Amino acid sequence: MRWQSDPLLHVEHLTMRFGGILAVNDLSFTAGRGDITALIGPNGAGKTTVFNCITGFYKPTQGRIAFARDGRADETDVAALTQTARRHARMASGDIYLLERMPDFEISGKAKVARTFQNIRLFQGMTVLENLIVAQHNPLMQASGWTVLGLLGVGPYRARERDAIEKAKFWLNKINLLERADDAAGDLPYGDQRRLEIARAMCMDPVLLCLDEPAAGLNPRETGDLNTLLCMLRDEQNTSLLLIEHDMNVVMQISDHVVVLDYGTKIADGAPAAIRSDPRVIAAYLGVADEDEAQAVAGERAGERT
Amino acid sequence: MPAGHDTATSPATQRLNNALREAGLAALISAGLSFPILALGAEPDINNQLALQTRWSWMFAAIIIIACARFFAVMLDGWRARTLAMAGLLCAAFGFGTWYFAGIAEPKIVGGTIVAGLIAMLAAFPIDTSESRASIAAKAPARPATILSSTATSLIATAGIGALIAFPLAMLWWFGSAGSLKWINNYGIQILIFVMLGWGLNIVVGLAGLLDLGYVAFYAVGAYAYALLATQFDLSFWICLPLAGIMAAFWGILLGFPVLRLRGDYLALVTLAFGEIIHLVLTNWSDLTNGEAGILSIPRVTFFGVPFTAGEGGFAHLFGLEFSPIHRTIFLFYLILALALITNFATLRLRRLPIGRAWEALREDEIACRSLGINTTNTKLTAFALGAMFGGFAGSFFAVRQGFINPNSFTFMESAWILAIVVLGGMGSQIGVALAAIVMVGGTEALRELDFLKQLFGQDFNPVQYRMLIFGLAMVVMMIWRPRGFVSTRTPSIFLKERKAVAADLVGEGYG
Ligand SMILES: Nc1ncnc2c1ncn2[C@@H]1O[C@H](COP(=O)(O)OP(=O)(O)O)[C@@H](O)[C@H]1O
Ligand SMILES: [Mg+2]
Repeated sequence: MRWQSDPLLHVEHLTMRFGGILAVNDLSFTAGRGDITALIGPNGAGKTTVFNCITGFYKPTQGRIAFARDGRADETDVAALTQTARRHARMASGDIYLLERMPDFEISGKAKVARTFQNIRLFQGMTVLENLIVAQHNPLMQASGWTVLGLLGVGPYRARERDAIEKAKFWLNKINLLERADDAAGDLPYGDQRRLEIARAMCMDPVLLCLDEPAAGLNPRETGDLNTLLCMLRDEQNTSLLLIEHDMNVVMQISDHVVVLDYGTKIADGAPAAIRSDPRVIAAYLGVADEDEAQAVAGERAGERT
Repeated sequence: MPAGHDTATSPATQRLNNALREAGLAALISAGLSFPILALGAEPDINNQLALQTRWSWMFAAIIIIACARFFAVMLDGWRARTLAMAGLLCAAFGFGTWYFAGIAEPKIVGGTIVAGLIAMLAAFPIDTSESRASIAAKAPARPATILSSTATSLIATAGIGALIAFPLAMLWWFGSAGSLKWINNYGIQILIFVMLGWGLNIVVGLAGLLDLGYVAFYAVGAYAYALLATQFDLSFWICLPLAGIMAAFWGILLGFPVLRLRGDYLALVTLAFGEIIHLVLTNWSDLTNGEAGILSIPRVTFFGVPFTAGEGGFAHLFGLEFSPIHRTIFLFYLILALALITNFATLRLRRLPIGRAWEALREDEIACRSLGINTTNTKLTAFALGAMFGGFAGSFFAVRQGFINPNSFTFMESAWILAIVVLGGMGSQIGVALAAIVMVGGTEALRELDFLKQLFGQDFNPVQYRMLIFGLAMVVMMIWRPRGFVSTRTPSIFLKERKAVAADLVGEGYG
């Protein structure tokens, strides 16, 4: 159980309110390093809200989100860091970040937590290659001497840009889009856009990648390809994945750990096999509202395609 | 189509009916609108009191033209046919107007234009049919696939710069030292100032997608910074220029901070207010800016220390030339040309640096930027600061050229004018902005040349007064014909195999 023995993300007592709506209610879970952790639950359960809290797009009403970028975060170290006003510390047990204190761009840039979005957010008017280069903004910015040296044409920028192109080519190869590198991202078919968004996030060399419904709107063949890609990210790139997914087949096939949300509250947490037979999960997610849920999912996908 | 088999209306008849109905509707609407504007007018009578006068003929002329235009727009599909029909309509209306309103009964002009107009309108119909047939036959993807190769682009750019460098000398040779002043000053320098301002604003609006309605503020800061530094501290132009740029950039950052949280309309409003605030401060802080009276006797530009004066030690004397005020004008031309080219090359370079890509990414999707570790606050601030800096350079050039500045040169009209150049040119496109500046600034200058219109419309007629009307109409037509400006496609900043233009409908407009 890596999420117990070697966790990299600790979500503790996370609560998020929007006015009267309690979107996430006292949620605690851990995600294991090198695991694919699935976050599942019916529509409106609060999954995307959890992502937005982890990646800094929302400031949680309450709770702590500790992230051990490398090494392991000792209970005592995290507690010590929480006492201070700081966001980040290099402790004996490794780099620890308190994500709820950090702005979104630092979570992605410094803590190396990347994400994709439920409704794809590519730079539509930029080419596929440009999308992947923009994802390498921070190292390139540094190489260009914060623009000054780059403007004068001196410094290592040229070489670093070539490296960035190589990395982009590597990822384009992985997602079979090398041929379309010079096309506008908005011109790609839907399935390719989904994979491109994942590749763009991977160009940041993330330690944890959060994927919000990556299989939504994909056909069965594309879903199969996606599974292969995600397993590759885990096994070859050593990236830990946090995955929101509706498709139970995908969840059961590739995830190592499943957290189930219902109305913002965690109702189950464990290995896929245990989740499948959990009566509360069946009642909330698979059983009672099965018919409605299936229709809602189908409707949502149809909406997203247009 | 819901029509059954028994209804015998062919598509052509249906279309005609439709067009007639639309034309009638347009006539009604234009009648309602033009009645208070065109048909009723107040003019002083013999006792110098205002009396209501009716001008029904004007109103009917307007209604007929609008109805015809609507009719053609519905009946014709292809843009060639439409343009031809509209041109014919205007031509015929012009011929009729010269006879009926201006009272010029020159049969050749009147008859000629009316007949030519009618022929053009009729010819539009067969052209339209063949055009639409051809377009159906060639229903290939309409997206522009490739753009000019880099060698072709650099060749054109070199030729263009060469032509610009030769321009004042050619004018001097052609028109002589007195006649060329108008061309070098009114056309050359004036256009280049707006090209530079357009390029500066293009960074903010075109690349970063932040709608700035107060750009003139930075132009003003640059101009006043130069004027005050030069008059109070006796600093030379070459020292004042960078200082004025830095000052403007500083104000850009200052404006940037409060607007960072705002998006879209709110952002536009705050920048608009900022422009007005600067204008008001310049008007009212008399101790510093001398208020409405402005700053006089700003030191004139020198040729790296050599003044452009007659007699001993002047530029002409030093180079063994006969003294002429045109030397200074030519030097100013090269100065603004150099400044504009610096702006251009800097922007082209910035586009290929991470900061430029971040600006464009910001325009496309700010949230995605933040998920990729881009500090959007700093990115916006640099866009504001750099755009402002180039505006400040242009401002100090303006001050040194005029020798006198007051707040009236820096009104909202100026901001609107610069923004219109950027939008008309195609947001983000350097060449498009330059073209738009030439068309808009050169066009207004060219209105002064239309003296022959006085013979048509009487001695009181001054075409320059119609500048705004013509400008407004031209903008409306442009936004219908090319909603994304002259150059609507986007050129990628980097490519693997082939540089393909990105279609306009995919490129975001930003504004927040
Ligand atoms: N920005 C917001 N403002 C108000 N309510 C929100 C906001 N974001 C999410 N919610 C609400 O929070 C609940 C959970 O939404 P979400 O996290 O998107 O669910 P899921 O991703 O599991 O389908 C929903 O009731 C939704 O309406
Ligand atoms: Mg969601």
